[in-house]
Amino acid sequence: MTAVEALTSNAPPRIIKVDALARVEGEGALYVRVKDDVVRDVKFRIFEPPRFFEALLRGRMFWDAPDITSRICGICPIAYTMGASHAMEMALGVEVNDPGLVLLRRLLYCGEWLQSHVLHTYLLHAPDFLGYEDAIEIAKNHPGVVEKALRMKKLGNEILEIVGGRAVHPVNTKVGGFYKAPSKAKVRHLIEPLKQAIEDSIDTIRLFSTFTFPDYEDDYTFVALSHPDEYAIERGTIKNNRGLDIPVTQFEEHYDEEHVQHSNALHGVYKDEKYGPAYMVGPLARYAINYQQLTPLCKQMAKEAGLGTVERNPFKSLTVRAVETLYSCQEALRLAEAYEEPERASLEIVPRAGRGHGCTEAPRGICYHRYDLDDEGRILTARIVPPTAQNQKIMEKDLWGVVEKNLKLTDEKLKWRCEQAIRNYDPCISCATHFLKLTIDRD
Amino acid sequence: MAARRKPKLAVWKFSSCDGCQLSLLDCEDELLAVIGAVEIAYFLEATRVEIKGPYDVSLVEGSITTPHDIERIKKIRKQSKLLITIGACATAGGIQAVKNFRDVKSMIDAVYARPDFIDTLGTSTAIRDHIPVEGELRGCPINKYQLLEALNALLNGRRANVSTYAECIECKRAGNVCVMVAGGKPCMGPVVQAGCGSLCPSHDRGCYGCFGPKEVPNTASLASRMAELGMGQKDIGLAFRSFNANAEAFRKEGDLHDRR
Repeated sequence: MTAVEALTSNAPPRIIKVDALARVEGEGALYVRVKDDVVRDVKFRIFEPPRFFEALLRGRMFWDAPDITSRICGICPIAYTMGASHAMEMALGVEVNDPGLVLLRRLLYCGEWLQSHVLHTYLLHAPDFLGYEDAIEIAKNHPGVVEKALRMKKLGNEILEIVGGRAVHPVNTKVGGFYKAPSKAKVRHLIEPLKQAIEDSIDTIRLFSTFTFPDYEDDYTFVALSHPDEYAIERGTIKNNRGLDIPVTQFEEHYDEEHVQHSNALHGVYKDEKYGPAYMVGPLARYAINYQQLTPLCKQMAKEAGLGTVERNPFKSLTVRAVETLYSCQEALRLAEAYEEPERASLEIVPRAGRGHGCTEAPRGICYHRYDLDDEGRILTARIVPPTAQNQKIMEKDLWGVVEKNLKLTDEKLKWRCEQAIRNYDPCISCATHFLKLTIDRD
Repeated sequence: MAARRKPKLAVWKFSSCDGCQLSLLDCEDELLAVIGAVEIAYFLEATRVEIKGPYDVSLVEGSITTPHDIERIKKIRKQSKLLITIGACATAGGIQAVKNFRDVKSMIDAVYARPDFIDTLGTSTAIRDHIPVEGELRGCPINKYQLLEALNALLNGRRANVSTYAECIECKRAGNVCVMVAGGKPCMGPVVQAGCGSLCPSHDRGCYGCFGPKEVPNTASLASRMAELGMGQKDIGLAFRSFNANAEAFRKEGDLHDRR
């Protein structure tokens, strides 16, 4: 307590604490202190122990990076296998531009978006809007809803299996492409289920649009990948909603991370003062920056659900994720129908020294990789900045604002509202701690 | 007569990527049946509900990396009738166990701006290194069908049918052409436990060891074959120093190549 607080009142402070946050990936905690109806402190604490991925990559060959970094996160492994592959390809001076391989990479990523978004929206986040403890209670009261969700999630995993070889930690992706291109017949098996999934996604958007969304908005600095030809997923430049558009290679000139005592994950910060320090990555940012590239059906459904072309209420990320779920189904269908087996599954690669950068849109937002290689192709340094680390500052800012707006709620309800506000970000705490900044090479 | 009480299931997490507990949610076709057969008493990734122990079955994901972890796993052991570890982190320390073979202080210094904020043991170790366990499921990640088999066995009071033989046997059954004999690609299959479904050889690449050592693996023989195929000592060592680096057989083989 500061001296000023001590002078203002003798009333005990109101403490809202969640020691172990549920329905998130990994181990996190919340701490809020309110005194005299004024918020004094807010902390989103990550206590998941660090795993030192960046240090343990050093000395290994470049081709190990996708397989090893995939283990940072069991929910969004493609963000790691693909980001690492792109970065390595840049370092090694090759570019995967065979249309068949480009198509397969995007199809694979659609699978990850589909399974991750459905897992988050239905199983982790929707219970908050319905006042249920979990999706098990939804299943008891509305069995059809959960069955539909599981059907969609299963299809996302099937895409990962057919293209990537496995749903969690795919084995078929590599620097330069794929180990083996899937047969046309296997990919075509996805077509009919994807048509069903488009219908299911439309139902999902309609269902979520009936929920009541807590009233909260902020004028966020949004940051997302952007690409002239498509709603950016696996490639593009890094753009914000205030006019800055940079190539992936310049990421570290504009974005940094700071180490704070209450968290084992570094906090992402915008170096440019006029944009930061807090900024937001993820579905709201993508939607705001790339809205025009959504399909006509996505735009129509978004409008029907009451979404504008920019959404600044973080609780509405639920519906925006549902729109992106629809997009990933439509896009996966288009790609599956167009698929022809490529002549070669991957590019030939000759090791050399170099530096490479890679950035893709993980379901939770941009995930940045950078590696330095020696002339044998061994990793000298690695740096990875996952989306949840970047969102930590804005999550704390949201919490602050949400508490201020909801001081009249009982402690139990306020606690739940805080949890819900954190879950807006679908925080992947495993990711946030598993990539930690490597500043100095002290071998 | 009172209905039989549903067994209480708890899912716990230590240092890991969440992928193995996600495998339970990935059992899309069976999930509602599983939920119907057990009472989910603690599963933080899926529910806010926290029902106090004791628990009939505890599934434990992740490895032990902090002093607090050791205290926590001991408490969980006390509250659990049957405790099953799931995945390479819980059964062998996971990829983060690679730090066991390096100087941890220099790793923290290299990674964090403020090393004084970090509380970590020097090692990442398997759950079994700290408490007794009733069973373990291998894999990085586990195979969800093995998880269902294990739960089914536990609920019905029988032994789980999980093979401990080599990946090669599973691969032959799948009808794959051997990637090492015919393709000349290094493959961990001969020393790795079956269970993944021969995924890598089915995709024209050598196995990289997600399921850890099979029973009585001949790692020396595989290492010499890898050398004949042109791998250097350093890379042979690194092949054993991956997702199951701290499993005894792989750790010992890795040590031999570190010294060469």
